[in-house]
Amino acid sequence: MSMLTALKISSSAMTAQMVRMNTTASNLANMDVVGTTADEAYKAKKPIFQTVMENYTKNNFEASVQVNGIHVSDRANTKRYDPQNPAASEDGYVFMSNVNSIEEMVDMTNASRSYQTNVEVMNATKKMMMATLQLGK
Amino acid sequence: MSILQNPLGIHGTALKLREQRTAVLASNIANVDTPNYKARDMDFSSVMAATQNNTMRTSHSRHIGVSNYQALQGDSMIKYRMPNSASLDGNTVEVNTENNLFTENSLRYQATSTFLNNRIRGVMSALRGE
Repeated sequence: MSMLTALKISSSAMTAQMVRMNTTASNLANMDVVGTTADEAYKAKKPIFQTVMENYTKNNFEASVQVNGIHVSDRANTKRYDPQNPAASEDGYVFMSNVNSIEEMVDMTNASRSYQTNVEVMNATKKMMMATLQLGK
Repeated sequence: MSILQNPLGIHGTALKLREQRTAVLASNIANVDTPNYKARDMDFSSVMAATQNNTMRTSHSRHIGVSNYQALQGDSMIKYRMPNSASLDGNTVEVNTENNLFTENSLRYQATSTFLNNRIRGVMSALRGE
């Protein structure tokens, strides 16, 4: 039944957007984590979205979405001179995280908008289902 | 055709197609952030027309008449949407368009189910003969 398919699709998208929201929250939370070397400093994480076509058949047009792994940003960590910092190296430098807070904020807004849209789709689908269930009453 | 021979008329088919279109549009909205996803849609009026004008013409007694609807089933029922503006990640979903079409589709679905309801009520009162 396509109505249940539509519910499944929306819920897959909501799950994916939630993962994106979680990575954004992690990135923003760890924005100020510094390290002695570039590898120790925090690196921004981003989910990779992918369409699932497994259940896409002749009469069932289901293309849901899944998170296919997390991409760790390879943007260079900037070096800052901060000899007071306990994590500073011998010559007084710390490596900052490579999180771009503006990018993260944009991502957060995007994720929450997409989530909302999918909730609306789910609600509309539910209404349609209810109307069908009450046919002939 | 009398209402008692075919009580639901075309509304039964319409409801089924609307339901399938809901899944297509929900897929588009779900994949709004997936790189390289191409938005799809069902050309409702042409699919609906195909369900109505019965079968392909046969010119020989041993030909099998395939109904237009059967011939159209599957991927040919679904077409790719032309986006209004291109995006860098190859995704062609435009969330405004999809939202509008989804709302329109669900309204039309409700209209169809209202028609169905009235049909059923009509048949019921005819059967009771009150």
